[in-house]
Amino acid sequence: MARSTLTGTRIRERRMGMRLRQADLARSVGISPSYLNLIEHNRRRIGGKLLMDIARKLDVEPSALTQGVEAALLEALRDAAVGHEAAARELPRIEELVGRFPGWAQLLADSHRRVAELERTVELLTDRMTHDPFLSASLHEVLSTVTAIRSTASILVETEDIDSDWQDRFHRNLYDESQRLAEGAQALVAYLDEDSAAEEHVRSSPQEEVEAYLRAQDYHVSALERNLPPRIDGLIEAARELSSSPARDLARRYLERYARDAAHMPLAAFAAAAVEMKLDPARLAQRFGVDLGAVFRRVAAMPEERIGVAAGLVMCDGSGTLTFRKPVKGFSPPRFGAACPLWPLYQALSRPMTPVRAVIELAGRSTRRFLTYAICQPAQMARFDGPQVLEAAMLILPDPPLAPAQGEVLPAGTSCRICPRRDCVARREPSILADGF
Amino acid sequence: MGRTVLLIEDEPNIIEAIRFILSRDGWVVHTHSDGTTAYQSVLEKRPDVVILDVMLPGKSGFDILRDIRGGSETGALPVLMLTAKGQAKDREMAEQIGASRFMAKPFSNTDVLSAVRELAEG
Repeated sequence: MARSTLTGTRIRERRMGMRLRQADLARSVGISPSYLNLIEHNRRRIGGKLLMDIARKLDVEPSALTQGVEAALLEALRDAAVGHEAAARELPRIEELVGRFPGWAQLLADSHRRVAELERTVELLTDRMTHDPFLSASLHEVLSTVTAIRSTASILVETEDIDSDWQDRFHRNLYDESQRLAEGAQALVAYLDEDSAAEEHVRSSPQEEVEAYLRAQDYHVSALERNLPPRIDGLIEAARELSSSPARDLARRYLERYARDAAHMPLAAFAAAAVEMKLDPARLAQRFGVDLGAVFRRVAAMPEERIGVAAGLVMCDGSGTLTFRKPVKGFSPPRFGAACPLWPLYQALSRPMTPVRAVIELAGRSTRRFLTYAICQPAQMARFDGPQVLEAAMLILPDPPLAPAQGEVLPAGTSCRICPRRDCVARREPSILADGF
Repeated sequence: MGRTVLLIEDEPNIIEAIRFILSRDGWVVHTHSDGTTAYQSVLEKRPDVVILDVMLPGKSGFDILRDIRGGSETGALPVLMLTAKGQAKDREMAEQIGASRFMAKPFSNTDVLSAVRELAEG
């Protein structure tokens, strides 16, 4: 370890420079000569009181023995202590902290650095909001146009005896300005849209990192579809989207399961069977000797051109928290917060091992129907002495081929906050949509 | 009581609307759209009230207001500032430099009219 390497060597150098015998130094600080020998040869870590004692005997500052090694860490900690009263009081003991708890000290320094980075990001973003020249110019443009429209319109409304020349003129102005407003508003919306697309790079959770990673390859991991031993670690390392270690762990779990599914249901055979069986998960499960959840995952991992449909998939754990989201056109599961309690996913969750099939109709500007299959299964091998961990999954197929009778369609939404069904019995919180569509 | 207004603004349709409402109220309305020569125009037209937009091509309304307040003949001239950014910052700035009134776009015609009347009565 780099840190102890240098420290031990420095102690040895300093001691020999002072023509002090190893045994004498060891005795004077109350350790055995052999232990000091280990320290000097960098085979034992040293810190805290012992480091201070040795430094005193060698007549140097403890930092002189650790300098260059822990200097960066000490520097970061001193920086963190600036303006913090309690920490500033303990500044003289900073080396003790680093010596005795190097891990905690590193954590503190890292957190401090991270906070500073985030503060800079926030500053940048705030700065952008205030000083973004395009935003500012667009808003100015829109406000100017609105001013002209308001002024002109009120002249037309309030002036009773306005002569027809003026009236024509103001009508024309009104028309011109409204055109301009429409263009300005469109430009603004396009700009803000672009902006929110850019924000996707600022991911807030490991789950979102994994989703971004999967989305980039359309949820189909072609490297795991070959008839070769899967090299999951290599895949994860190469994935630019997976920046945090929790995200890499999550991705590893996902990819391991993906590889197992792919081994049980090889791409070509499964795609052919899926087409032949019209995507009936029950028949597919029987054909391949796997459970329904595995079939759902496999269908969702199929490229559209193979099976003629881009299927969506959502999964949740026993608490109802969405743990996986593959959206399908017209049906985007909420990124934050809870989903619609009417989803067949949650019906399945309340009845483990019972398959649920339902056509749901999402409310929105245009109603869309989806055929859904859901199942809740134990997430892992059941154990007799542990908690039963359940996992529910719902496969979402757009444009159901069979048109069910009216009563068989289940009205649902994506999330209460953006759902226009005001009188829904399952409503959890008010909608932010003032009125239905 | 004077009846002349100089409107320094670069949006043609806003100019037309303000000119219309003020003219009907009996005001003589001069207009000017270029920031760099706006102060010159104030000296030439000798208006009783100036309506001054903040965002002008060539020179900012704040700078023009500074010129007006700094001039010996124009130092006490009533000035109504217009801005498309109804931000507290702009209002503060306008007050510091010595705007007589401040109005954020989009304004209502009646507000502009009554503000101009009040400023002229002084």
